[in-house]
Amino acid sequence: MSTLTASPPAATPPAARRQARRRRIRHVRPGDVGIGVLAWVVGIVFFFPVLWMFLTGFKQEAQASTDPPTFVFTPTFEQYAAILERNFAPYFINSLTASVMSTIFVIALATPAAYALSLARIPRWRDSLFFFISTRMMPAVAIILPLYLIAKNVGMLDNVTFLALMYTAMNLPIAVWMIRSFLLELPKEVLEASRMDGAGLFTEIRSIILPMIAPGLAATSLICFIFAWNEFFFAVSLTATQAATVPVFLVGFITSEGLFWARLSAASTMAALPVILAGWAAQKWLVRGLSLGAVK
Amino acid sequence: MVVEALPAPRRRPAPKQVTRGERWKRRGPLLPALVVAIVLTQLPFLLTLYYSVHSQNLLRPGAARFVGLANFGKVFGDELFRNAVLNTVVLTASAVMLSMLLGLACAVLLDRKFLGRSVVRTLLITPFLVMPAAAALLWKTSIYNPVFGLLNWALAPFGFGGTDWVSEHPMIAIILVLTWQWTPFMMLIVLAGLQSQSPEVLEAAKVDGAGAWATFVRITLPHLRQFIELGILLGSIFIVQTFDAIFMITQGGPGQATTNLPYFIYQQAFRAFDVGEAAAAGVIVVVATIVIATFALRVISNLFREE
Repeated sequence: MSTLTASPPAATPPAARRQARRRRIRHVRPGDVGIGVLAWVVGIVFFFPVLWMFLTGFKQEAQASTDPPTFVFTPTFEQYAAILERNFAPYFINSLTASVMSTIFVIALATPAAYALSLARIPRWRDSLFFFISTRMMPAVAIILPLYLIAKNVGMLDNVTFLALMYTAMNLPIAVWMIRSFLLELPKEVLEASRMDGAGLFTEIRSIILPMIAPGLAATSLICFIFAWNEFFFAVSLTATQAATVPVFLVGFITSEGLFWARLSAASTMAALPVILAGWAAQKWLVRGLSLGAVK
Repeated sequence: MVVEALPAPRRRPAPKQVTRGERWKRRGPLLPALVVAIVLTQLPFLLTLYYSVHSQNLLRPGAARFVGLANFGKVFGDELFRNAVLNTVVLTASAVMLSMLLGLACAVLLDRKFLGRSVVRTLLITPFLVMPAAAALLWKTSIYNPVFGLLNWALAPFGFGGTDWVSEHPMIAIILVLTWQWTPFMMLIVLAGLQSQSPEVLEAAKVDGAGAWATFVRITLPHLRQFIELGILLGSIFIVQTFDAIFMITQGGPGQATTNLPYFIYQQAFRAFDVGEAAAAGVIVVVATIVIATFALRVISNLFREE
């Protein structure tokens, strides 16, 4: 609540202080408490399925499906142990490999491209930029068959590297647009000053630009990781036993183990947790990534 | 600033005599990304185009035969395909509209100051982060189950209960999951729009005696228009491609009740191995997407030009 904000330091001019006080008073209206309560209720309703998944993973099977639902129980790690026993690790490692590898590829390819399309101002940069975005809008189903047949012919079906290449193509446009938006925010004076000092292009990029957009690159990496980790369609179409990722592991629960809710919840929690954490960490930049850098 | 600025073309960065080598050197950094994007997305699509005018079934060995537009004729004549188109439209339109309405409401709430606002924001974006395949499993079991599901338990006091959501209302079940997942996406985009409003304009409206509702309808909504358009268009492009939820919850059923285009093509390609027909359907989806995407790009372009 705004009443909790610290009062402005004594050094501020009285006029500014008065204004600050006025602003503060304006915000404490009776309606605001209602808004706060409503927002909390909405937030909890939206979050509840996730919380429920997390809780159910620590239940015994008998407690997982009851009417009414069981809220109070003694947590057990039984389900997690069972999942790990069922060879969850290879799927997790595949997911990690595909996501991290593709993210590295994407950043390595997108950073120079974004530089060319922003600071270097190559001719017809606009066309290239819109070409990238249009590849992101192409539905994966439209190219899955050729990809499957190509992979089969070159012996890369069920191969993590091939999957990582797909995720690279999928995330490249987002990264180009996002990194470009960070590059455009660099203060022009710094770049000009370094050029005056006679820094060569390479030095400029390495010692001025890269350090300054490092947070932006980190944010972009997190967004790419999120999309790659959660990807299902390519994974289920192009992998089988060797390269199957975590979402493919979950497919097993559709039929055979669909009755084991607690175990299924534990598996889902393990599958979803890395991205939930990455997403919370990247919250500030999420909207920029989702709107391809158009909205900040 | 919310909207990305174009680099102002004030001075020409390149002097007139740029050697060919110099031009390639400046273009160089772009090329690897461009080549990768073309090889991984455009070449496969060219192959799809090729397959779409050939008859080939992977289960019956034999060379592909050129058949012209016969595959397209077959696809359009296929009742299952037309059903999938209809399902896709219903699914996408409902999920996009519902999540935009809810997202708008959530964004308006989050734009106000209250205790724990950042926590609520974090809670609200979580559905979008949960792996869609995991979320689909979760909804299918813990939430939609007719006996033990949370939904029926929550609705029981209101006199609804005992509904088998997935088999009685499969489309609603899928739309609900998608709405839950995409509301945070819409909310974030609209919230960015709300926070880019100039406080002076709102202040002026208040001084002029405009009520909260009038201010919202007359000033805020028009300002939000382009953000809402962007959310709807990007949301449509992504939701048209919905596959995880359908694969996990209904497998396109019961019958064909929830088979959308991606699931239809997946079945044609990987269950029936009918390359020609799957490719033709894929081409049709791309054409439809291009239509939506053209609008989307125009909106993004406008957001761009604003500054």
